[in-house]
Amino acid sequence: MIDARQLTKRYGDKTAVDGLDFVVKPGTVTGFLGPNGAGKSTTMRMIVGLDAPTSGSVTVNGRPYARHQAPLQEVGALLEAKSIHPGRSAANHLRALALTHGIPRRRVDEVIELAGLGSVARKRAGAFSLGMGQRLGIAAALLGDPQTVMLDEPVNGLDPEGVLWIRNLLKTLADEGRTVFVSSHLMSEMALVADHLIIVGRGRLLADTTVGDLIREAGGDTVTVVTQDPARLRDVLAGPGVDVTGRIGSEELQVTGATAREIGLKAAEHGIALFELTSRSVSLEEAFMDLTRDAVEYHGSTTAVETLGRPA
Amino acid sequence: MSTLTATTEEPRTTAPDRPAYRVTGRRVLSSEWAKLWSLRSTWITLGLGLLFLVAFGLIAASHYKSEIDSGHVGRDRDFATATAVSLSLFGTNFAQLALGVLGVLVTAGEYSTGMIRSTLAAVPRRLPVLWSKATVFGLVALVVATLGAFVAFLFGSGIVSGTPAAMGLSHAGVLRSLLGAGLYLGLVGVIGVALGSLLRSVAGGISVLVASLMLVPGLISLLPSSWQDNISPYLPSNAGESMFALTHDSTTLSPGAGLLVFLGWTALALAGAAYRLVRSDV
Repeated sequence: MIDARQLTKRYGDKTAVDGLDFVVKPGTVTGFLGPNGAGKSTTMRMIVGLDAPTSGSVTVNGRPYARHQAPLQEVGALLEAKSIHPGRSAANHLRALALTHGIPRRRVDEVIELAGLGSVARKRAGAFSLGMGQRLGIAAALLGDPQTVMLDEPVNGLDPEGVLWIRNLLKTLADEGRTVFVSSHLMSEMALVADHLIIVGRGRLLADTTVGDLIREAGGDTVTVVTQDPARLRDVLAGPGVDVTGRIGSEELQVTGATAREIGLKAAEHGIALFELTSRSVSLEEAFMDLTRDAVEYHGSTTAVETLGRPA
Repeated sequence: MSTLTATTEEPRTTAPDRPAYRVTGRRVLSSEWAKLWSLRSTWITLGLGLLFLVAFGLIAASHYKSEIDSGHVGRDRDFATATAVSLSLFGTNFAQLALGVLGVLVTAGEYSTGMIRSTLAAVPRRLPVLWSKATVFGLVALVVATLGAFVAFLFGSGIVSGTPAAMGLSHAGVLRSLLGAGLYLGLVGVIGVALGSLLRSVAGGISVLVASLMLVPGLISLLPSSWQDNISPYLPSNAGESMFALTHDSTTLSPGAGLLVFLGWTALALAGAAYRLVRSDV
């Protein structure tokens, strides 16, 4: 469980993270999405206490990370940049981290096997490929058998087999009841593993939603209807699974849960004149792009984003 | 994915089942101990430090001996007052470079490689890491340097036996000088650790270390001589030298005072390092 409240980080004039509020819950994989430079890595560094927030706070399982007796048992983190000494072997690196917590040697061997590093554990970590380095980082993250696992761009540099391994690992961890928080700038990757999404742009929260909701609300299966009598059409269309939205005083309605064909037939049946009937399908990728482009173009105004991103 | 079974089979999440891990000062110490010895650079640099200390002492003693044998000793002012101790400890200047640089590497090396993020994620209270690094490396440097000082003296005094510089271990002040040299080099190691942590840069840490131990005394000689006399004994290098010099005069501190002043410099460097470690982001 990670709980961020008005989390803010400024570097001089630049605001890297701007009043983020979010909760990452156990038992699911939560994707942390945003374009490069959106503040994802900074947020993750603040979660494990490497960076101090300028204002606001973030707690892990109810306490700031540094206040835990055994921090590695609370959060296991893989950070974006390499966090190893290239002159030390993988086994010695993990052993040194384990010693700070009194984690037994048996567990070190376990995570080495788990990460598939058995054959290279005695080699200098500096000679590792990007993918091997990433596996070592994940082994370190899992060392304390943590309740919360936080991975920053874990699939970077991995070959297809490694990517598949990460996907399965994340799902397994979540199924075991752990909190799994994974950042990425690739929507397509997140769509495959994440149940929940926290989307940021320019340090601000753009959406805190599920994959399904995001597609729907970004207009995934939306039909735009322009009609003479929006109030009546609304009543006519109302039903389970159908969601109609529209501004008061506007002739335009956005309908989800019904096809253009169904809407047209219903309108004809009740004699309601339609001026326009357009169905729009949006991929997850597009939904993400729309969301983040808005953040860049209209940053400072979040109203459009709030209605889109925060299902009640 | 057979590699995953290790996690799936573990008893999960109910709190009582979880092993009670805990970060303690002693565990951080043992972690830093393991880190120090798991790098090849540690072995190489410590070996170099020991080699410098012993080899330069022996070279100085042999040189002295050959000068005496050829009857030229009066020509060299340094040799006129030389003792078996001063000759044997000639290598201290070189050994302090090796040990100080290794001290800088112990901390600044973690910043340059990114290891510091792993270290501080495991020990987010941070200060225990600095104290542990200083303790572990300070003790290692102390042991290596003391060993080196005694070895250098045993062979060095053997070489110069029968000359005016001859001295035995039981001679007044000899034991104190040798232990003082070990302590001085141990503290130089601690200062290296502190500077590396304070500056977070290997190059910066080494520069400041070399400057404060070797260059500043030279620069002080540019000051008016009345200032020199007041400042010079308190400089790190001169105060440190008082710790292991056999003879003292009005321009140098006593061994005890030298130790206190040098401890003061060490504490200052550590305080600066601690302040930055706690205050700034990684």
